[in-house]
Amino acid sequence: MLEGILVNGLVRSGIYALLAIGFSLIFGVARMINLAFTSFYMLGAYGLYTFASQLGLHPILAMCISIVLTTLVGLATYKVFIDRVREHHVTVMLITMAVAIMYQEVMLLIFKGRYLAAPTIMTGYLTILGVKVSYQHLLIFGVVMIVLLGVWALLSKTRLGIAIRAVAQDSEIANLMGINVSRILLITMAIASALAAIAGVVVAPTLVVEPYMWTHPLVMIMAIVVLGGLGSVKGSLVGAFIIGFVETAVVFLLPSGVFLKGAIALIVMVVILLIRPEGLFGVVFEEERL
Amino acid sequence: MIRRLWKDFQGDIVAIPGRLLALIFFLVLAVFPLIITDSYILRILCFANIFAIFAVSWDLLSGYTGQINFGHALFFGVAAYTSALLNLKLGLPPWATIPIGALAAVVAGLIVCLPALRLRGPYLSLVTLAFPLILLGIIFAFTDFTGGELGVSGIARISESRTTDFYISFAVMLVSVMIMWKLTDAKSTLVRTGIIFHAIREDEIAARASGINTIRYKLLAFAVGGFFAGIAGAFHAHFMRIAGPSDLDLFLSFQVIIWTVFGGITSIYGPVVGVFIIYPLMEFLRILPEIRMLIFAAIVVVILLFMPEGVAVFIRDKMEQTCPRCKLSNVWWRKNCRACGANLR
Repeated sequence: MLEGILVNGLVRSGIYALLAIGFSLIFGVARMINLAFTSFYMLGAYGLYTFASQLGLHPILAMCISIVLTTLVGLATYKVFIDRVREHHVTVMLITMAVAIMYQEVMLLIFKGRYLAAPTIMTGYLTILGVKVSYQHLLIFGVVMIVLLGVWALLSKTRLGIAIRAVAQDSEIANLMGINVSRILLITMAIASALAAIAGVVVAPTLVVEPYMWTHPLVMIMAIVVLGGLGSVKGSLVGAFIIGFVETAVVFLLPSGVFLKGAIALIVMVVILLIRPEGLFGVVFEEERL
Repeated sequence: MIRRLWKDFQGDIVAIPGRLLALIFFLVLAVFPLIITDSYILRILCFANIFAIFAVSWDLLSGYTGQINFGHALFFGVAAYTSALLNLKLGLPPWATIPIGALAAVVAGLIVCLPALRLRGPYLSLVTLAFPLILLGIIFAFTDFTGGELGVSGIARISESRTTDFYISFAVMLVSVMIMWKLTDAKSTLVRTGIIFHAIREDEIAARASGINTIRYKLLAFAVGGFFAGIAGAFHAHFMRIAGPSDLDLFLSFQVIIWTVFGGITSIYGPVVGVFIIYPLMEFLRILPEIRMLIFAAIVVVILLFMPEGVAVFIRDKMEQTCPRCKLSNVWWRKNCRACGANLR
């Protein structure tokens, strides 16, 4: 039981971490809530299915193509829909929601809402602590760790990362220091969509691919980034592990846990926010303080 | 006396095209069932009435006080389930269950308010989003009481005929919208809530510094918003004769925002216009079931990109101009203000 919770919780938390970091990067840098974000996760999964199962490419090649294409879709979404209204917080939320519904409906038109299965690279399983862990889960965990390290290195070691963090701190001053803010926003958008797409392609083989698969993770990562503190990458990492483990534990321990997992994870979020309104690692901006 | 009323009517309603249009709209709506008795169209109009109350209550809470609520369906669903269960298990008639359901929604509003008082901006939006989903999870987990996926069905009708249904919903809509309009009227000298709600949205700290107990007014906004959303939810349950999980759906929470923003946020008449345009349109689009949602999403995107202030406000601004001297509204073709004669161009 405990081992099961541990292993499954790690995998689930890893996926949430990947998604939550992308989401919180967008929020931190551009101060907007992009609800279309997890639809790129759905598009990535569909991309893998199309290129590997329909066109018969090698799964790894299909994954790469899918990630690149989804990133391009993410950039186009930003340029066409979000860029002009990015000052208005409610408008951005509504427009990204509408865009996400559009993608969902387009996928529904193309693939007719069937439950699809994406191909795996490797089958079989390993026994760790007496729990059967499939190679796909190990792959997910490995990819998550590599990508998280990559994001951390990018944000803390490179010039680009410093520029991104500068824009996140104060975009006007960053602009005065010669940073091209709109380009940084575009790059952040690309990184975030790529993170969502990576999550999509590695998770797809363990789930069914369907047009509505973006809604549950969307709610969960919103809970994660809020409890971790909006805009804080460290916070979303910690939040992902809290929510991921709470969800897994509820599924394992409670009788009708599958229905309650979302509810209890959200209750945890509300309780944490009641104690710390700015989230675990949230930054309180002077002008936003009450 | 009558002559003075007539004069007021001419000055305050006929002279302002927006108000004249609103009057014509309500008159047409009032005589509509006398001309067209098709029960399907009347049913759509009934639901439009109910959703108009719902959207206006969102506008009062989120548009005016700025507490952007992304889980407004919570109030709708709580009231729907409460009135449905009371009707089914205790056999209470609709005229008793609807107010009790609305009061249950007020309680839900005050519970949501607990975190809402400490949070703001995006945090508040995301936390309010969580509440209906929490309730939804509980409903799915305890299926023997709540009916789970199927909901609570078989509750009493409000009346036997469609036309009576329509007139009841129309009257309730008219009264509710009037009350909310008066509550949020910033120029009113009777109730101060309108101007205080505006102040809380614009700058809560400044409002506090001016001696306004903002917490009390935020509580009031949540209670009033919850109450009217609850009335809408309870009515909806009795019209549909079912209270199901779709009453708490994330999509319903988003739809109410879309109706409001489409019509024009912070305007009370905006959400009514939004509901009466989008809801019948969506019903009409059922002839194209496959691309219905796609068209809906595309309309939302186009409106938000090109008319961010909303359709109703956009049209009103085209039809009316404010006198620079006395701040009175005038028809767009006038060259001089109708009251003080100042040049408008």
